[in-house]
This record gives sequence, structure tokens and C-alpha cells, in this order.
Amino acid sequence: MMSANETHWNLEIKPKSGILELNLKEVWHYRDLLFLFVKRDFVAFYKQTILGPIWFLVQPILTTIMFLLVFGRIAQLPTDGVPAILFYLAGVTCWSYFSESLTKTSETFTANASIFGKVYFPRLIIPLSIIVSNMIRLGIQLLLFFSVLAYYMLFTDSNIHFTWAVALFPVLIIMMGLLGLGLGVIFSSLTTKYRDLRFLLSFGIQLLMYATPVVYPLSLASEKYRWIIALNPFTAIIETFRFAFLGAGSFNATYFTYSFISTFVILIVGIIIFNKVEKSFMDTV
Amino acid sequence: MSDIAIKLENISKLYRLGEIGTGTLSHDLNRWWHRVKGKDDPYAKLGEENNRESKGGDWVWAIKDVSFEVKQGEVLGIIGKNGAGKSTLLKILSRVTAPTTGTIKAKGRIASLLEVGTGFHPELTGRENIFLNGAILGMTKAEIRKKFDEIVAFSGVERYIDTPVKRYSSGMYVRLAFAVAAHLESEILIVDEVLAVGDADFQKKCMGKMGEISNKEGRTVLFVSHNISALRSLCNRGMLLNNGKVVLVDDTDVAVSEYLRFDDTLTSMELEHRTDRLGNQLFKFRGVEFYNKDGEQVSETISCDYLRVRIYATCDSSIDCSKIIFGFNLLNQYDEVVLAYNSDEMGAFNFSNDKGYFEIVIPNLYLRANTYSIKLLAFYKSTRAEDTLDIIEKATRITVLNGDLWEVGNINRNGAYSIFPGQFIF
Repeated sequence: MMSANETHWNLEIKPKSGILELNLKEVWHYRDLLFLFVKRDFVAFYKQTILGPIWFLVQPILTTIMFLLVFGRIAQLPTDGVPAILFYLAGVTCWSYFSESLTKTSETFTANASIFGKVYFPRLIIPLSIIVSNMIRLGIQLLLFFSVLAYYMLFTDSNIHFTWAVALFPVLIIMMGLLGLGLGVIFSSLTTKYRDLRFLLSFGIQLLMYATPVVYPLSLASEKYRWIIALNPFTAIIETFRFAFLGAGSFNATYFTYSFISTFVILIVGIIIFNKVEKSFMDTV
Repeated sequence: MSDIAIKLENISKLYRLGEIGTGTLSHDLNRWWHRVKGKDDPYAKLGEENNRESKGGDWVWAIKDVSFEVKQGEVLGIIGKNGAGKSTLLKILSRVTAPTTGTIKAKGRIASLLEVGTGFHPELTGRENIFLNGAILGMTKAEIRKKFDEIVAFSGVERYIDTPVKRYSSGMYVRLAFAVAAHLESEILIVDEVLAVGDADFQKKCMGKMGEISNKEGRTVLFVSHNISALRSLCNRGMLLNNGKVVLVDDTDVAVSEYLRFDDTLTSMELEHRTDRLGNQLFKFRGVEFYNKDGEQVSETISCDYLRVRIYATCDSSIDCSKIIFGFNLLNQYDEVVLAYNSDEMGAFNFSNDKGYFEIVIPNLYLRANTYSIKLLAFYKSTRAEDTLDIIEKATRITVLNGDLWEVGNINRNGAYSIFPGQFIF
């Protein structure tokens, strides 16, 4: 009799969960909430603005112009033979998707403490919703990139061409998002207790940009030291992106595989840490 | 077939007191090192029972070894004074934080209402917020859509449903928020004191809805409130918590009266140790007790009944006890004085240390049903601030229950003011 009853329980709350009890099924159950959060982020962003979603384009345009002046005109860094505007715009678009995803997800616990303190839902919904919102933003920014790209291809005689790597485009987008998500959840889990990391992250991400071929091509680094820059998993992603759409630079299978594997390792480690922290973070935040 | 909806086994929660932050890295490393060596957590040992007044280690058990079961369709009221562990228990039940030890098993979805309007975004319209808030509370989009009209009708803000909620009055805001919460479809509902929202009309509506949820729909509800009358009318069982432990689980009335008794004894016993007082304490109040006309000690009385107040005190030999000016004030929940006895108006104050106490006899306590607090004052020779002997705010409380002053079979209304004998002449 007793044992028959035990099987009826469909919810169990325990002090600690196993390392691989990730409850992804529950995350799926809450998918509606994920999209409502995405919608909230959007609506809240452009409510009471005149330009609305066009604001998403202002940041890459201004950054590109700035890079054009500083790195193109003043420092005169090479751009692998493609028009500098396209080179920078590609870099800026990819980089800002990654860095926005990372910074926003890293604030998951601290920014949502008031909701988390009152009601339960799988906490992973929040970082996931941030990745999805940013993906929509990326979509808008990519439209800009593709229009500029189309202009150059149709109206100028530059040597821009698509390569086979275009097929990797969806993989690249997913890798950028997941890398941002993975690192973001690691930071968010640790910042609940050690706030110092927040400061580290805010300037660390700026420094990281210079360790990534955003404003310069990987080919600028000598063969001997190239691997150091490639240690950064984002390097291969951004290089492959440029290779795919601009025909610039080269595709390095080793770097790409390394980047692919490390993205997933970081993501899995991140989710495990996050899962461990989410249960009791309210006590330390 | 067992009909237990939720079952708690030895639930405990350890909290760290004081500053969390600096120095935690070394503690964490130390704890990790102990774990590597297979030893116990070096800091958890310091845990002791949760009592705000006593000093102790850095760690306390906010709740300790709480075990109970709630049957399907039962409405359990959880009572206890501030800091008894009610909120911690609710947080664990609603999975906001994990217990330190123990397990909870439940059948069906648990929805928790620790606050109304969690996740409301000011820029979003009422409509958008209903969906967002509903989803945060665990409903799917389809479920919300099905209940949408009902929610809007209940909240009574139809006209503003497409206006951002930042334009709402605070009343409209909470009405909408409560409306969403009231239409949750979970099998188990956990409710913290959220009923005190909106105007009187809406509160009545909320109470009605709560009653409907628990009685008609047969859902399991765990309800925490200080509102004794709400607890009495909604719950069929009550659980009393004190210092993180379950004192008893019984019928609501038993639990409530135990709580009132328990709570008041504690306060009066602690009076002489209280430090939140003014004056030089050459004359010092030590305790307050209440007696009914049969001479029994009570913590509540009935409106217009006889009440005897006994006040324990000590008078230092360096002062002349007969020169003391004593004041006794009864205050309502708004801290307004509704009754005052002052010894300088009423004659000599002949306190004697041998007896150790003096009494005030109130033949008829002409006050409406409510909880009143008591303020005690003692001055020496004059009532100037520098002559203060002892002043203590909220020395204790007395609960006045509804009576029938007019003797026509109607229960007098509650209120925070007096009810005097009188009559209509036609």
C-alpha cells in the first residue's frame, strides 16, 4: 500500500540535486514564459521611442564608423583585402551579439532577484530568453550587414564572394549565442556571491574584444603566434563568418573544431554550475 | 489510495547571520577542505534554534525538523509570530530556495503567491502583463487565454486593459495582479499575506474568491496570515510555528487560541528584559497580566466586559513610591490613544514593593473588537521628560472580541474606537 502511494508523487523538493539533473523537460514546459520574456524585453525597449527597433542599427553603424576612423585611417590596419566597412561591420555585428548576450546573462541572478525571491520557474528561462532577444536584435543588424554587402557586390568591383562556408552560417549563429550563454551563466552563478566578478567582466569583455580578430584579421598575426589568438573560441567563429560571406581570410578546420568543442564544454559546465546555484542563491544574493 | 497532497519530512533550513560577502571565500575554501577530508561542515555546527532575542553563533536554523502532511482539499493556516519561520517555510515550499535537509513530496503543481504582481512590467499593457504574470506563475499561454475574460472581469479594469500599467492607480494595479493570481489552476496553492490589497470592497471580493478556491474547487491551500479572522473563516486546520519548530497542528480554532495565548505570555514575560524603554528605571515595569470577572488569566476579552489589568513593577528604595505619576494608555492599531488612566487625576499611587504589583479594574471595556496595544508610563513628581522613570511602548497587547452591548442579539461591529452605552429616543 505504502509503496504504491510513493509512486504518485510527481514533485520532490530536496536539498541538493544530482549534477546531471538539469530538468530540461521543465524548461520546455515553461517555453511560453520564455517567449513572453522576449516580448517584454522588446516592447520595453522601444516603448516611447520614435525610432523604435531602428535603434538596434545605430550602435553597429556608429561603432563601424569609429573603427573605420581609428583602426582603418589612423592605425591603417589591413582588412584582408575586403572593403573596411564590410570588414568592421561583420566584426561588430557578431561581437556585439556575443558580448551583449554575455553581459546580460551574467546579470541573471542579480537583476531578477526580486522575481526569483517570490516565485519558482526554471531559472534557465531568463538567460535563454536573453539569448533569443539578442538573436532577434542580431537578425535586424544582419539585415543591415546584408544590405551593405549587397551594395558592394552589385555596385562595386570588389572581390567579395560567398564561399561554401555559408552553409555553416546557422551553426555560427548558434555557437555565438551558446558561447555567450555558457560564459554568461558561469559569471551569473559566481557573481551571486562574489560581486567582484561583475567589475572584472565589465572591462574584461572590452579587453577580450582586442584578443579577438574584430578590428584586425587573424592573418595579421604571424604564423607563430596565431594559435594564441585562436585559443579564444570566438576567434574561429568570427573568422569563419568573414570567410563565408566576404571570402576574406581562410577557414582553419582545427581552430573551428576547437571552437565548436569548447563552446559546448563551456555551455555544459555553465549549466551545471547554474543549476547548482539556482537552488539556494536567494540566501547569498 | 492515499489522499495526501503534500508531505514534508524533516525540513530544516540553516541561515547565516550577519554580513555575507567579505571573508566568505576563505570560509568556502575551509568548508570545501573539510568536505574533501570527509568531515562535517565546520560552520553548520554553530546552528541553534531561531530566537531573535538570544545571542549566539553566526548560524541559525530558521526552521528545524518540520514534518507535516496536508490532505487533498485541505486548507491549512500557518500561524506564528514574526520570525517563527513562516516565510522560510513558504519559500522552501514554493522552491524559491532549497531546504538544508529533508524532502518535500507533492502531488500536482504547486503555485505560490508570496506577492501579487510578481514580474509586472510598468511599460507593458494590462493585457500583456496578464500573460506575463500568468506565465511566471506557471500557467501556459493557452490556459491564460481561456481564463482571460474572467480575469479581466474580476479585476474590474476592462477600460484600461490596453494601457501600460504604469498609468494605473496603485489600486488598479493590485486588483489586476490579484485577479491573475486568483485564477491559477494549480492543484496546490501557497498563499502569503497578500489579501490585504485594494479597498475594502475588493478585499471582500478577494476573501470570497479565496473561500471559493478552497471550499468549492477542492484545492489544497497553505495559507499564511496574521489576520486571525481570515484564518478562522478560510482554514479548516491550523499549524502553529514557534522558533522554527511546529508547536501543533490542529483545528484552526485550537491553533489560533493557542497562538494568542502563547504569544501574549511570551510578551509579558519578556517585559522586564526589554531594552526599548525610556527613563532611569528607578521604578520599573516588569509584566502585565489580564484577568476576567471570574479571576482567570486571559489574553483576550469581550467588548464591554469586565477586565482587570495587573501590572508588576519594582520601585527603588531611593525614591518615594507615593510621588510616582503613573499612566496607562490603550492604543489602537493606528497608535491612537483610545483609553487613558492617569494616577495624578485619579488620586494617590500607593504602590508597595512587598506586593510587587498593582491592578486597574475596568468595569466595562467600552471598546470595539480589535487588538489594542498597551503603553505604560511612570514619572517622578512631574511629567517632564527629565523626570521619566519608565516608559514602555507596546508593553503587551489585548485582543477584544465582538460583544453585544445593546443586548438585542446583534454582534457589534469591529472598530478601532469606543462603543458607549446610549439609545435612540423616538
